[in-house]
Amino acid sequence: MSDKHKVTIDGIAIEVEPGTSILNAARLIGGDIVPPAMCYYSKLEGSGGKCRTCLVQVSKGSEKDPRPMPKLVASCRTTVMDGMEVKNITSPEVIEARKGVVEMLLINHPLDCPICDQAGECDLQNLGYEHGAAKTRYEFDRRTFEKIDIGDKIQLHMTRCILCYRCVFTADQITNTRLHGILNRGDHSEISTYISKAVDNDFSGNVIDVCPVGALTDRTFRFKNRVWFTKPVEAHRDCDHEKCNGKVTLWYKGEEVLRVTARKDEYGEVEEFICNTCRFDKKKTSDWVIEGPRKVSHKSVISANHYDTLKPLPVVKTNPLLQGANKEQFERDTRL
Amino acid sequence: MGRKLLLEHINVPGINTFDVYRQKGGYRSVEKALKTLTPEEVVEEVKKSGLRGRGGAGFPTGMKWGFLAKPEGVPRYLVCNADESEPGTFKDRYLMTYIPHLLIEGMIVGSFALGAKTSYIYVRGEMMPQIRILEKAIAEAKAAGFLGKNILGTGYDLELYVQPGGGAYICGEETALLESLEGKRGNPRIKPPFPAIAGLYGCPTVVNNVESIAAVVPIINDGAEEYAKIGIGRSTGTKLISAGGNVRKPGVYEIDLGLPVEEFLYSDEYCGGIANGKRLKAVVAGGSSVPILPANLFMKTANGEARLMSYESLADGGFVSGTMMGSGGFIAYDEDQCIVRNTWNFTRFYHHESCGQCSPCREGTGWMEKVLHRLEYGHGKMSDMDLLVDVSKKIEGNTICPLGDAAAWPVASAIRHFRDEFEWHVSHAHEATTHNFGLAHYADPLPKPEEKVA
Repeated sequence: MSDKHKVTIDGIAIEVEPGTSILNAARLIGGDIVPPAMCYYSKLEGSGGKCRTCLVQVSKGSEKDPRPMPKLVASCRTTVMDGMEVKNITSPEVIEARKGVVEMLLINHPLDCPICDQAGECDLQNLGYEHGAAKTRYEFDRRTFEKIDIGDKIQLHMTRCILCYRCVFTADQITNTRLHGILNRGDHSEISTYISKAVDNDFSGNVIDVCPVGALTDRTFRFKNRVWFTKPVEAHRDCDHEKCNGKVTLWYKGEEVLRVTARKDEYGEVEEFICNTCRFDKKKTSDWVIEGPRKVSHKSVISANHYDTLKPLPVVKTNPLLQGANKEQFERDTRL
Repeated sequence: MGRKLLLEHINVPGINTFDVYRQKGGYRSVEKALKTLTPEEVVEEVKKSGLRGRGGAGFPTGMKWGFLAKPEGVPRYLVCNADESEPGTFKDRYLMTYIPHLLIEGMIVGSFALGAKTSYIYVRGEMMPQIRILEKAIAEAKAAGFLGKNILGTGYDLELYVQPGGGAYICGEETALLESLEGKRGNPRIKPPFPAIAGLYGCPTVVNNVESIAAVVPIINDGAEEYAKIGIGRSTGTKLISAGGNVRKPGVYEIDLGLPVEEFLYSDEYCGGIANGKRLKAVVAGGSSVPILPANLFMKTANGEARLMSYESLADGGFVSGTMMGSGGFIAYDEDQCIVRNTWNFTRFYHHESCGQCSPCREGTGWMEKVLHRLEYGHGKMSDMDLLVDVSKKIEGNTICPLGDAAAWPVASAIRHFRDEFEWHVSHAHEATTHNFGLAHYADPLPKPEEKVA
């Protein structure tokens, strides 16, 4: 008899280890049935459950207790039971609740994507595009903040913050000193540093990578370029720091490295955190061993200007037979 | 006349002192439990009594005690939730002020039943007088050998501490309370795990309301059967109701569960009717977080029967024509009161008290408050009512803790039952902002002495 738990998500069954969350079970299946997550971060202990974007409907609790759960549950913090049946995109209730959450999140997050450094890499942008309404019903003043520099490399723009707490967990868990956290409560809550302190330690730059929106930005990259005009390249170096393995993504514009980030998986989560030296101080190609172009999903806006895209040759454009044979590439080229 | 189990000796001079309380039969339940019963038998008694949590949710107390995990070598805790701060509810404060030893006695019996060697009474920070009263009572009980090492020579040890809270409504939510007790920001934890498995400092913990713990004393003294004889159906025993609003005799009353609401509202033994000869317009039966009901729906159930002060009867009809017992914060509104203003006031409270962790509550409560504010001040739109209902639906059930529901229900129910009044505020904006519709009440929140009892 298998020790694994069988869970069915949107009609697709999978067996997972006991203790796996519904979200992670869905990630093992992959595709559209994976609930979105703005605050959950698999690398950060205790994260998740706050943004409520990953709400799902449990239509059958388990084989032992098949009763449905009375309320929608946060899939990132609910563990699977054997025989559990979950509805995500097949539940109108879930879609409606998610639309509501998006609307709430956008109350105090400006849609300033045209000038935001996170545009093209923003989870909320994707979520808003998929679930948001074109027009908001909120007619009152939004909260605004002055930008503050927390250290010489990181800028915090609280106006954009959706209070996912990821950066707080990061500072708590991967750095030695906690210098920032949440002040106030309710919609007056804000991320801030300890009085007159800067976030200044070897791994502080990682708060930029975990931010799902553009609230925390890299001052060495800020406003230098749009992300879809850059070329992501995988690279590594022998880093002196005991906790950093030096595996990064370099973002090139021509011959120049505009920024360095940690490598992210398909759910936008950092695979391994990197030190500030790699992130902020190593911006020359000679600092790195280049591994090759980073694979980018076709759905991502970053693929729009991808350098490894093979453009159809002129002869293909004029020959209908060759157009058919190169249909996919031709369509991409036309779309771009 | 209803039987008084908790408030029997409340008017005895000096009942707040150990000596007088003891003379009146106090601490008998401790002697009985520690000397003649096993912890399991105490839990069984509480289960048999049918006692339901008096904090608001109404979960069976004995069952909650039975869920407590008992791993070897790990401490267990009993925590008393004395963070009472629901608008309209003031019964726990009354108990703690006037008969503190009843709570101490209940804490000792409860701690013994759960195997707790250290217990806490978490009191809202603003209640400094009550904190001092409890600390004095604990010192007295300890001096008399009812707390500390080897209580009454039975070998049972218990230390009881009073912990002031920071003064946030959310700290009345049991997991936020535990976070606060641990010295952290009072944010609710995401459940599971429930406190019975991982509570205070990660150890098995039971969190009970003041009244629930106090009710254990008569259950042990007189036996579960006697207690269960009082009440109706699954609503057994007596309940403290803090009556406020426009009643002739506001105050804390102990009623037998199952008392007809009409009798509670109009008899001289309890509220004595509506003040100043006015008519009843609406009632909030269980504290600000439960749905408001218009007078006619409050008096009769969905089947047309007389409504009773019990968990089941008040909930009859669901949220369409029913409400909840909640914490027993009974607020009556006379015909002059403005439901729009009242709803705005409640929402203002929940907006202010939202902890800000989850997005629907953080943003939604503020949104509702702003819409209600403009309705109250003559800038509303006819579409605002539908907007409010929709926003409340987006909050309800989608948040980490029940504060989201508590914020959503008053708004949704007020519009469901008093939509005309909301629409009047839009169509008669000038009158709505200048008339005396409720403004007098809020402009002078302290009742004039002659108005207390008409």
